[in-house]
Amino acid sequence: MHPTRTEGPDYYHKVVDCQWACPAHTPVPEYIRLIAEGRYSDAYMINWKSNVFPGVLGRTCDRPCEPACRRGRVEDEPVAICRLKRVAADNKDDISSRLPPPAASRNGKRIALVGAGPAALTVARDLAPLGYDLVLYDGDAKAGGMIRSQIPRFRLPEEVIDEEVGYITGLGMEMRLGQRVDSLKDLLAENYDAVFVGTGAPRGRDLDLPGREEARANIHVGIDWLSSVSFGHIDRIGRRVIVLGGGNTAMDCCRTSRRLGGEDVKVVVRSGFEEMKASPWEKEDALHEDIPILNFRVPKAFTHDNGKLTGVVFEVVEAQYDDKGRRRLMPSGEPDEHYPCDDVLVAVGQENSFPWIERDIGLEFNEWDMPKVDEVTFQSTRSGVFFGGDAAFGPKNIIWAVAQGHDAAVSIHRYCQGEDVQDRPPPGFSLTSQKMGIHEWSYDNDISNDARFRVPQRDKVESLKDVRLEVELGFDAGLGFSEAQRCLNCDVQTVFAEPLCIECDACVDICPVDCITFTEDGEEEDLRGRLNAPSLHLDQDLLVSDKLKTGRVLVKDEDVCLHCGLCAERCPTGAWDMQRFTLEMTHATSMTGGGACQNR
Amino acid sequence: MTYLAKPRLHHPSLAANELGFTRRDYEGSVSTLCAGCGHDSISAAIIQACYDLNLPPHRLAKLSGIGCSSKTPDYFLGASHGFNTVHGRMPSVLTGANLANRELIYLGVSGDGDSASIGLGQFAHAIRRGVNMTYIVENNGVYGLTKGQFSATSDKGSKSKRGVENHDSAIDLVSLALQLGATFVARSFSGDKAQLAPLIRAALAHKGAAFIDCVSPCVQFNNHAGSTKSYDYVREHNEAVNRLDLISSRAPIHVDYEPGTTTTVTQHDGSVLALHKLAEHYDPTDRIAAMTYLAQRQALGEVVTGLLYVDPEADDLHNSLDTVTAPLNSLGSKELIPGSAMLAKINADLR
Repeated sequence: MHPTRTEGPDYYHKVVDCQWACPAHTPVPEYIRLIAEGRYSDAYMINWKSNVFPGVLGRTCDRPCEPACRRGRVEDEPVAICRLKRVAADNKDDISSRLPPPAASRNGKRIALVGAGPAALTVARDLAPLGYDLVLYDGDAKAGGMIRSQIPRFRLPEEVIDEEVGYITGLGMEMRLGQRVDSLKDLLAENYDAVFVGTGAPRGRDLDLPGREEARANIHVGIDWLSSVSFGHIDRIGRRVIVLGGGNTAMDCCRTSRRLGGEDVKVVVRSGFEEMKASPWEKEDALHEDIPILNFRVPKAFTHDNGKLTGVVFEVVEAQYDDKGRRRLMPSGEPDEHYPCDDVLVAVGQENSFPWIERDIGLEFNEWDMPKVDEVTFQSTRSGVFFGGDAAFGPKNIIWAVAQGHDAAVSIHRYCQGEDVQDRPPPGFSLTSQKMGIHEWSYDNDISNDARFRVPQRDKVESLKDVRLEVELGFDAGLGFSEAQRCLNCDVQTVFAEPLCIECDACVDICPVDCITFTEDGEEEDLRGRLNAPSLHLDQDLLVSDKLKTGRVLVKDEDVCLHCGLCAERCPTGAWDMQRFTLEMTHATSMTGGGACQNR
Repeated sequence: MTYLAKPRLHHPSLAANELGFTRRDYEGSVSTLCAGCGHDSISAAIIQACYDLNLPPHRLAKLSGIGCSSKTPDYFLGASHGFNTVHGRMPSVLTGANLANRELIYLGVSGDGDSASIGLGQFAHAIRRGVNMTYIVENNGVYGLTKGQFSATSDKGSKSKRGVENHDSAIDLVSLALQLGATFVARSFSGDKAQLAPLIRAALAHKGAAFIDCVSPCVQFNNHAGSTKSYDYVREHNEAVNRLDLISSRAPIHVDYEPGTTTTVTQHDGSVLALHKLAEHYDPTDRIAAMTYLAQRQALGEVVTGLLYVDPEADDLHNSLDTVTAPLNSLGSKELIPGSAMLAKINADLR
């Protein structure tokens, strides 16, 4: 094999699995260390820079980082990264003085942002300090988008939204709330220098089944209903509620129903329980609130009596797999089932909807009636119009909207400065030795043996009384510290220097996870078969050295390295060093050089 | 050296042996030796060998004397019996322990100072009596604990870290062991665990006095140019006569080498050693030839390693003394106080 090229930003970034998996590439281990040190404000600001909504995401993020977490590969459960983020948000001091100062001068460019959800707010945050004149439009009376309208208050208190949306709007921008944009053509006519569309995926899918029309008074589309609850327009539901669908919206619907008078609430889902789209923890929370989840049931019809909904009929199906492993739901042959109910919430997905974008303005749509958007620049086929968040590529989660917002802001900035939007500065990175003394490192390498801690919750009886009462109480400082100590510090990298190695085997002997091997060189597949411990994950890289004195090479399987630094502590010659990898994502605010990007 | 305990977390595929123990279960507390010390590699090889042999840790006794090497039993087999003796006296204590309880497996760990200087007499007598044990000398050719003086195994003409030449002749423990009647004699190198771990396995399974001289570089005081016990020197001059591939008990043997390149040695208890020959015509069951070969190669400056000699018909001290077959601690008053009739019989025999 060729020696591993570790020069660019990618090799070591990929080793930091959580950061690599996070769409915004939040430096997770870095802020977790700061939490362990009690430096909550610093931890918060690192998050704020990367993901803009630490308090919101610390409660609601879909956490792509956690399935990626290395701890989950050496133990049952990953580090509770998401809830640690909340610890930083809950315990920080007043951080207002650390927010970017207003731009010293305006740059004369006007940008319209359509929809004030997480994507557009991220764009606004990145562009405001650069002196842009920003105009945010939103149909709702308050900014926040789906963060405010769709996430129930018992998961995300309004104060948290107000605070974090406020940090952004406070940077100086014109808010046109309650003002829905009905025509992009008209908006473009106002001669903005660029337009960003972050209107989300606002339309909930409906189910066109027999009885839908007749019983419509008691059949509600999930996200619309949640939004009405959030804005206080709805505060009751029937005693018996059926929620159709298996995603996170379904989980929010059923749990909200339990708080609004639903005593007999059940979720009925087409797929099997395991394949449901909802995050495992959200399913767990629903089950905890005594909400049964019935799987393999396809709704067939709504039953009704005199225009009043009486229940839903389901066909019972089973999963069958064809030769290619594709799943099909086939009738099981069991008789149909009828479940009586007073209300139905339909949460079977949501989709984009662009009735307000004219099709003759040079903005092309694809075969799925979605705007054609460049996956890197987020620019549409009409130059100067950018998309981001769910509006760009369909429904995803907040953290994706944030990441796309950052990228779109880079594009808008370059576009407005007359530079090529395709030409994007690469992220900056650095590696810094963490050695402080003979056996001392600047990070705590004594790995905690604790299993994942559970986030304390409010008593169930009390929680179910009030839809605005937050269920999770969050880790306190002590639990937060203990959970933070579970982090393996994967950003502190094992960096190997061939010329110093005397092949004494000390690192091989001390490595607790047997990830180091000295062996004859070979092709990757062959090498993977000759390691001291089996190579379990082919997507995890091998660090292969240049030839050593004996002609052998060092091979380190990055897979389950604990980053404990014992190899470096045992190394008599310093051939191993522990170096902290930091990544500086390219944001509009951080771009330097290149003439126009002088704001730093 | 590190002050931290090795984390409990391990590779997800870490397997358990027949007893349900993983390799990690055979570890001890964290080593306090210098970073890069060869002794730590030997500890790792011992751990591997005991895991592979499915040894119940509580059936093994590890004994040592004084020195860097003799500290190491703390760093492996944390659940085994241990005895850290007075300097150079490990062989006697081991002999006594073995006589008292023949059912334990005895592992003596010593160094060149402990065995070739202060304990040379003890070493010689334990070997010549054929005590059933595995005796490992972690040989670095230097007094590391007292900061780098030549030891009795330092080669004549080799240089200390400060450049001083050694004028004394070296004691070669392998030649001594062969001469004194050890029934299993091997030499290995801490930097070659693939060779070392099977040798330790075979030695632990051998009934009789098994001796392994393991060259183990002292990174701190004896790993420089001019040393004959450095990583570089040993790697350059290592002449392995064979590689021990398989140790089985009566199981059929499958070895993948060309016919004629593998020797099998069936021992007294039926266990079979399969040796892949590296040096042509080397016969590890011929003691005289082994001594000659060793002397010839040594004169050329080579470090001969591998299983140098094994006596398939080996026997041990208990056999020659015709001792009671049970451990002494298991004998009851009936056996220990046989009564006046027996006393009268014994007295009559002496008349």
